[in-house]
Amino acid sequence: MFYRESGQFKTSYRADQAIFTIPQDRIFFALFMLMAYVGVPLIASDYLYTALIIPFLCLSLAALGLNILTGYCGQLSLGTGAFMGVGAVSAWNLAYRIPDLNILVVFILAGLITAAVGMFFGLPSMRIKGFYLAVATLAAQFFLPWLFVKWGWLTNHNSSGVITAPQLELFGWVINTPMEKYLFALSIVALLALAAKNLVRSNPGRQWMAIRDMDIAAEIIGIRPMVAKLSAFAVSSFYVGVAGALYLFVYLGSTEPDGFNINLSFQTLFMIIIGGLGSILGSFLGAFFILLLPIFLTRVPPMLGFEFSTALVSHLEFMVFGALIVFFLIVEPHGLARLWQIAKEKLRIWPFPY
Amino acid sequence: MMFFLEVLIGGLMAGVMYSLVALGFVLIFKASGVFNFAQGAMVLFAGLFFVGFMELGVPLLLSLLLTAAVMVLLAGVIERLVLRHLVNQEGIILFMATIGVSFFLDGFGQTIWGSNVRQLDVGIPTDPILLFDGDILIQSFDLYAALVAGVLLAILVVFQKTRIGRALRAVADDHQAAQSVGIPLNVIWVIVWSIAGLVALVAGVMWGSKLGVQPAIVSLALKALPVLILGGFTSVPGAIVGGLIIGAGEKLAEVYIGPLFGGGIENWFAYVLALGFLLIRPQGLFGERIIERV
Amino acid sequence: MNARQWVASVVMGASLAGAAFAASAQEQMIPSMVYRTGPYAPSGIPVADGYQDFITLINQREGGINGVKLRVEECETQYNTERGVECYERLKALGGTIFSPYSTGITYALIDRAPADKAVIFSMAYGRASATVGNIFPWVFTAPITYWGGASAGIQYFASQLGGKDKLKGKKIAYVYIDIAYGKEPIPVFQNYAQELGFQLELVPVPAPGLEQKSIWLQIRQMRPDFVYLQGWGAMNAVSLKEAAAVGFPREKMLGVWYSSQDSDTQAAGAAAKGYKGLTFHGASRDLPILKQLKEVVLDKGLASNGAKHFGEIGYLRGALNALFVVEALRTAQEKFGKGKVMDGEQSRWGFENINFTEEKINKMGLQGFIAPMKLSCDNHLGDGKALVVQWQGDQWKPVSDWIEPEHPKLWPLYLRDAEAYAREKNIASRVCAKS
Repeated sequence: MFYRESGQFKTSYRADQAIFTIPQDRIFFALFMLMAYVGVPLIASDYLYTALIIPFLCLSLAALGLNILTGYCGQLSLGTGAFMGVGAVSAWNLAYRIPDLNILVVFILAGLITAAVGMFFGLPSMRIKGFYLAVATLAAQFFLPWLFVKWGWLTNHNSSGVITAPQLELFGWVINTPMEKYLFALSIVALLALAAKNLVRSNPGRQWMAIRDMDIAAEIIGIRPMVAKLSAFAVSSFYVGVAGALYLFVYLGSTEPDGFNINLSFQTLFMIIIGGLGSILGSFLGAFFILLLPIFLTRVPPMLGFEFSTALVSHLEFMVFGALIVFFLIVEPHGLARLWQIAKEKLRIWPFPY
Repeated sequence: MMFFLEVLIGGLMAGVMYSLVALGFVLIFKASGVFNFAQGAMVLFAGLFFVGFMELGVPLLLSLLLTAAVMVLLAGVIERLVLRHLVNQEGIILFMATIGVSFFLDGFGQTIWGSNVRQLDVGIPTDPILLFDGDILIQSFDLYAALVAGVLLAILVVFQKTRIGRALRAVADDHQAAQSVGIPLNVIWVIVWSIAGLVALVAGVMWGSKLGVQPAIVSLALKALPVLILGGFTSVPGAIVGGLIIGAGEKLAEVYIGPLFGGGIENWFAYVLALGFLLIRPQGLFGERIIERV
Repeated sequence: MNARQWVASVVMGASLAGAAFAASAQEQMIPSMVYRTGPYAPSGIPVADGYQDFITLINQREGGINGVKLRVEECETQYNTERGVECYERLKALGGTIFSPYSTGITYALIDRAPADKAVIFSMAYGRASATVGNIFPWVFTAPITYWGGASAGIQYFASQLGGKDKLKGKKIAYVYIDIAYGKEPIPVFQNYAQELGFQLELVPVPAPGLEQKSIWLQIRQMRPDFVYLQGWGAMNAVSLKEAAAVGFPREKMLGVWYSSQDSDTQAAGAAAKGYKGLTFHGASRDLPILKQLKEVVLDKGLASNGAKHFGEIGYLRGALNALFVVEALRTAQEKFGKGKVMDGEQSRWGFENINFTEEKINKMGLQGFIAPMKLSCDNHLGDGKALVVQWQGDQWKPVSDWIEPEHPKLWPLYLRDAEAYAREKNIASRVCAKS
């Protein structure tokens, strides 16, 4: 009823290729971005920024990166945490060793370094697939944090190997308060998400999807698997690396290399499978679900007047969380992004049944 | 030389312990193509129930039986509530479902039994055995672990030759074909998950005796992964042989190569070892299926 | 939790919520960041219980601090940094002023936030050792000891076992540690000592999480060290003890740092733990006067948290000690800023910096044997506390040494060097402290 495309005709290729082909979507998205840039700063408290929104932005960017590799190109990776670590450590080294370097350049270079490392660990994908490939990335997951710890130069020979992010400054703008950090992170994430959206709609993205859907057929129609797979590893790792740099510089402030451990990898993997494999939106929805639901679950019982012990609450949280994952899968195996799609379909014909 | 032998034997024994966890993965993957992320949680779950019954004063054998019953019941519940609704879905979706199950079991086990360390003593001796005038040291606990693993392997291999075992393999090959020749898919899944649950119980008892039963046991699954890769996802003997190779390899590497890099290399070395094998033999040592190469 | 307890707690919770509004002006919120679940829960639960029970003791016995009731707000971190930061922000919004993160990762993440938030981070014997330097880390407290202090105390204990520092020459000490920041922290201190005293130091890293240590202990068997100093974490400790037993290394010659020598570690190791020694920074026997007070006022009235399952364990005492510091800081602050008032962050910090446990005060408060005298100040956030060696008897820990003072004069230059490097990196000015 409210959401329908009848009567809207596309008269040019340009219009047909737009990201949002329907005005309702455009309006909705514009409102959403307005909300993010103006609305959130008006209402959000420091708690919301530092505890929820900023980690959400960092991790959804990592999830987005992983989704490019796993969701679009079909290469399972369990090394996201370590690649985030590469991004964080290299960004720290760049900022520390070249103090005058613009922070954006630092982030881009950190992303590129991570991309190179990611491509290296993606090399086995030439020969193996699926869960077997996941092992190659797991090798990265265990090897890289070990390297951060053992190679003292990387952490400037700090006795415990802890790295601490320097003051953020962008063209004279000192990024200090949670709100400023939020706006900075939001801009980077929004920009990269837009780039990703366009990337997956264009030639490289279609190559990745072809490889994912059937590699032999893809090869026959002229896609070089090596180029496609390695480019997916590179782009994905770039995103993950920038996410790692954000995670250190904007969110945590300082961390030990062990913080980029296997749990972070699993967490991002859960995000994309719950959010929706092969969907940009899904990466965000998944991050939202994985990050905020547990917090929501711990806070709801007390609000309703139930006083459980802390331990019981978190055990219950695990159970509810697990049950919800299974429930979603049974209802809709293709993740939250697909549910969103279905909701839109329903809206199109509402209130009529068909 | 003696030290080399000692490390080698120690490594092989450590590998046996990894194999116990890896076996559960193999069984389920072989029969249903599901990569069961919840296997680690199942080991903890079984261990918690077992040690819980023991603490309530139930005799050892009875606790074992009761826990076995719990694991069979669990298999039934998982089939009824989860797997049944996901028949014919892709592997990745079933994998995700087991992530959910893993979270649930983790929370459920701890809700009932708490998160404390519980000491488990089933009477396995731990005295060192010294050979060659004390040059080589073997732990008797490890010998028992090897014995248990051997018996388990024998049972599982024999089981595969039985009628049910053949049905399991049929289901693994093709769900629809198996169903159309009259093999009840649901029953088979319950059986497979029950067996995996029982293997988890064995692993839980062995690891619980070693570490105490505590939530950290869940992370053992990570030690089992390289074993799986090396042995192949679908081979029961592969899980044992893979365990032996990984165990011996990582221990020898830690002792002889580790010091060159400041030590602590065994975690990633296991994976690199598995990866090295993979590049030469992509289906794993005993894998049945040839992985398509691109 | 059975049904009746459940109903009782719901009713109590509801009534508490009602009462909270009426009395909120005279209540000091005490944040408690805990990990009662997850892989490290066994070491987190007793600490959380002890913390809560000590606050209950103060509320029951004295009606709070000068009439200001203390209200504990627990938040579960699961030992996870993101959850921990969320907890910190949430508890801060609820009015918390002093935070004990109980995780290295969370502590590091909070150190940078504390100055802007005016929140006191009290990382009691964990976290960043150099945060001891109050001029550069005005908001972080590490009292009463650091891992560096632990290493120093350990070396001195080994020396005393042999009958003098000079006897360490030519001996071999193996430092077995979990290969993460926490384990790596004291390495420079050990290296300095090795050079100075002429013993041979063997560094033996154990890859986290350390559930399998066969090769490690076969190597140690080969090395034949005279002593092993263990800095493990979580499930790793019990494995170390079991493997040590298996290779026949005497447990009496193993000394664990405080997070390697808790009841959960030795209980999990069973018989293999008997004779094992551990460092603590507080008394640990079961007949401490402080435990008697807790038993009379809290335990016997059924007010103990979590059913008093861990009463008297080393972790429980540690939680109580943490709460003792918090209470003492608030009490000290109230003396300056007004008795019977609720303290804010700035005032809490002042209180912390002026904590002074004199011999007299310790006796008056019934803390004999629990803590050694110590004094904090603006530039010394450590208080130069002391360590104690305890030994596992098979069912409980018993002190086997006197208070050992770490060689603070040797450690302070190290703290200063590390803190100054941090200050340079972060471009923060050192605060000038008035000399007292």
